[in-house]
This record gives sequence, structure tokens and C-alpha cells, in this order.
Amino acid sequence: MLCQICGKKEATVHLTQMLNDAVRKMHLCEQCAEASGIDVNVPASMSNFLLGLGAPKKAKSESVDRVCPQCGMHFSDFKKVSRLGCQNCYAAFADELEPLLNGMQKGMRHVGKKPAHYAGAVNVPPSSASLKKALEEAVASENYEEAARIRDQIHEAENSATGRLSGHGQGSAAAENSVASKKERH
Amino acid sequence: MKAVDELVKQPGSWLKVGGNTGIIVSSRVRLARNICGRRFPAWAGEEESVRLLHDLTPVLGRLQACRDPIVLEIGALNRMEKEILIERHLMSRDLAEKGKGSAVVLKHDESVAIMVNEEDHIRMQAMSPGLNLRNLLKQIDAVDSEIESSVEYAFSPQLGYLTACPSNVGTGIRASVMLHLPGLVLMNEINSIIKAVGKMGLAVRGLWGEGTDAAGNMFQLSNQTTLGETEQTIVERLEKIVLEIDEHEKSGRTRLFEQKENQIRDHFGRAVGILTHAHMLNSKETLDMLSALRLGLEMGLGGGWQSAMIDELFLLTQPGHLQKLEGRVIGSEKRDLARARLIRQKLIDGHI
Repeated sequence: MLCQICGKKEATVHLTQMLNDAVRKMHLCEQCAEASGIDVNVPASMSNFLLGLGAPKKAKSESVDRVCPQCGMHFSDFKKVSRLGCQNCYAAFADELEPLLNGMQKGMRHVGKKPAHYAGAVNVPPSSASLKKALEEAVASENYEEAARIRDQIHEAENSATGRLSGHGQGSAAAENSVASKKERH
Repeated sequence: MKAVDELVKQPGSWLKVGGNTGIIVSSRVRLARNICGRRFPAWAGEEESVRLLHDLTPVLGRLQACRDPIVLEIGALNRMEKEILIERHLMSRDLAEKGKGSAVVLKHDESVAIMVNEEDHIRMQAMSPGLNLRNLLKQIDAVDSEIESSVEYAFSPQLGYLTACPSNVGTGIRASVMLHLPGLVLMNEINSIIKAVGKMGLAVRGLWGEGTDAAGNMFQLSNQTTLGETEQTIVERLEKIVLEIDEHEKSGRTRLFEQKENQIRDHFGRAVGILTHAHMLNSKETLDMLSALRLGLEMGLGGGWQSAMIDELFLLTQPGHLQKLEGRVIGSEKRDLARARLIRQKLIDGHI
């Protein structure tokens, strides 16, 4: 099978993408896959890819200037102004921000005040780390339905929207955007 | 603007007359918050900022916790008024430089101030004289909860309240305390204290915040980390360190008197002489002399002035306040004349 991007080389990287609940497969050669920011050596990075959390570390060192699908800020912009563009930048630049937060903060997990609708929840929502792990497991076992459900749960937890003053619908639109933006680079 | 004229007539929430402040001058707690789904101010552009302010104004304008708050749009303030608000610690210099779409909302007694579209969509603070962090946290927490009942904040269970700068993410809290530390400065111990405090994760700044030096021996101590601990833990640690520094300052003053009594009496006497007789005083010299006067009064070296009046002079001799009292914008030489005149009047009239 030939690569779907260049149409020349043999496809050796087989990707499965989920957009909402539709499953979509992609077949790429190693060069085109790498050029798209996909680490060909680490299958677990699939979940990052799906989440829009960005490509794994290897791609970063190859100077991929990631962009936040929500507000259009590039990570290079952030480096210049030291201020993020929107709340979604935290997810979009998660890999880059992690060492930064590690260096400047006491911990990596919020333990302080929560908005009332979080604090009042009977069940403490699972941590996003544990959700991401579950997502990776679901992807590894090719349980895509379950993976899609967990992905939505992660986005819901991160951008829960109610009828109060806020921006326009975030949740699954953000997930769709982030995958879409990855596709644009192909 | 009438609202600002009214403010100038009162002593400022961090320098309440009657509150004998001493070494620990004032406390402040601020929270940074953003609205879900809106771009952060610096990335949003004017149109979006104007819309956000428009949406937030009705919410902030009727806060129960602020009882008939004063809403001041930055675009409607002149330079002198902005300067006054900065000098009173009611808004930042960064906010003053913003145009349309930014505002500050104040409680009448200035104990609560909420900046809209500064670095974050909302930055709310509670401020009072003396060491009062726990109460201020309660107070600002109530304001925050009230705003949250009509607004959806940008929040993630993992990272907490999401802020424009990752250095504020999580709790979004910045608790700070202003300290007057002439004893440690004169004993040459201040640098080792600043170093030690830095190692404990606190930042030390001057009287008017980031980038200002410690004129008048005034130092602001604040927490630097916001993620991974509760607001209470952060506030209690700062309080503990502040109390330790308070002890160091007291011991510094005792040793200063034991070791350098003549010098310290001379230091105080010269400050009284200059402040009551100088014809021109610049800002820096004024702060240094007021600091020496304050120290001498607290050490019982003489005087007969109320310390609250000295504190008031720290504020009234700043350029914005001075120009407001003069009723016009004046250049630096005229300001130095006006400053010396004001101090002479206050110290001579206010002498018991």
C-alpha cells in the first residue's frame, strides 16, 4: 500500500483517527508521518494525537511549532510574550508547558478551591492522568467506542460548559478542531 | 472623575488612620480568574475585550459583597486619576496602560478592587492594614464565589483556574504583605533575609510592586507558587514567614539601639530637620526621610506625631496625589516644592 500523503513510498505507519464517533484509518510512509509530527516509535502517543495534546517529545525536538486550535496562538508566540492565548493553550501546549510548570510550581495538580459545580459533585471526577491512561489502554486494545467515550469525558472535564457566561460551545468542538488541525499539516 | 476625587479624601485601605501598623504595614490577597471560552486579554484584541467588559459589568456592578461598587472604565480616566489609583494599590500600571475594554471595580472603602482585562479577565483583591491574610482570603473568596454564580470560569480539574501566565495557574492566588524594615536595612541584614525568603518560595518586591526598589525601606513579600497547594496553605506559610521577619526586625532595632545609639538618634534628628525645614523634596528622599521618622517614632526617640499621619504622607507625597491636591498637573520641580510644603504643614500642624 502506498502512502496517502506522498503517494510514492510504501505506507508503513497505519493510523486510526476518530472524529466524533467515526473511525478513520490513515496509511503513511515513515517520512510523511514524521513530518506530520507523529512519533512512529511510540504507539501510545496515539492518545495524545487524538486528544490534540500534540505530538510526542521526539517531534518537539524537531522544532514543530505547535498551534492552539482554539485561539490560533503558536507556541513560538507564547515564548515571545510569556502569556498564553486562551484556556485551551494548556492542552495544546501540554508537552511544552509540563517542564515549565514543573520548574516554577510546587506541584502539578490543583488541590485548592474549585467552582461550586465541581466541588458539589458527589463523585470526584477521575483525574485526567488516569483518564488518559484509560484512553491509551482502550486505543491499544482497539476498543474505539470506549476510547471515544473517554476522550469526550476528558474534554468535558476540562471544558465543562453550563448556561452561564462563557464563550461558545467548547467540548467536542475543541476535540474536533484539534484533530482537524493535525490533519491540515499532512 | 468624581469617584476618584472622593477616594483622595479618604486615607486608603492599606493606611487606615487609627490602625497603628508598625512593622507590618498592610496585607493583600488577590485571585486571578478567566472566563471559559474567551481568549485571554493580551491575545483577545480590543473588540473581544470590550465585549467581555460589557458582559461582566452588570455582574460586577451588582456584587453584594461590594455594596454599590464604583465601576471605573480605564478609557474614561485621565493620567492623574490613573496615577492616584496606582498609588493607592487599586490597580496596576499594566492596567493603566490599557485602553478600551478594561476597567476597575471598587468597593467604596477600597477594601476590594477588581481589575477587568488586565493580564487575566478578572483580578480581584482584598486589602487591609496590618497582618490580616486569613480574613482577606475569606473576604475575596466570597467575592469570587459570588462572581462564579453568574459566570463560567476557565477551570480544569487537573490544573485548576487557568490563567494567562502559567505562574498563576491553579489557585490564581497572590497573597502579599507590606513590611517596613529599616532595622534590618541599617543592620545590613536585609540581603540575607531576602535570600532566605527567596529560598522559601517567596518573592520580595518594593513598595509599588514588580520592578520597583525598596524605597523608604518598604518591602512587599508574596507567594510565588500557585499550583499544588491549597490557598490556606499558601497564605499560612506567608503569614508564618512574615511573623518571623517581624521578630527579626524587632531584634534588629534592639541591637541597632545597643550598638549605634548615637547614629540612630542622629538619623532620626536629621530626618525631622529635613522634613520640617526643606524647601524642595523629591520622591525618593521623602520616602527615605519618612522611613527614618517612622522608625524613630516607633523606637520612642522623640517626635510627638501620630504614626498614622506619617503613613498618610507616604501616600499623599506621591506624584498623582500631590497633583490632585494642587488641583493641576505640575512638573517635577513644582512637585518637589509642593511636596516639601505639604510635609512642613502636616508635620508642624500635626505636632502634639
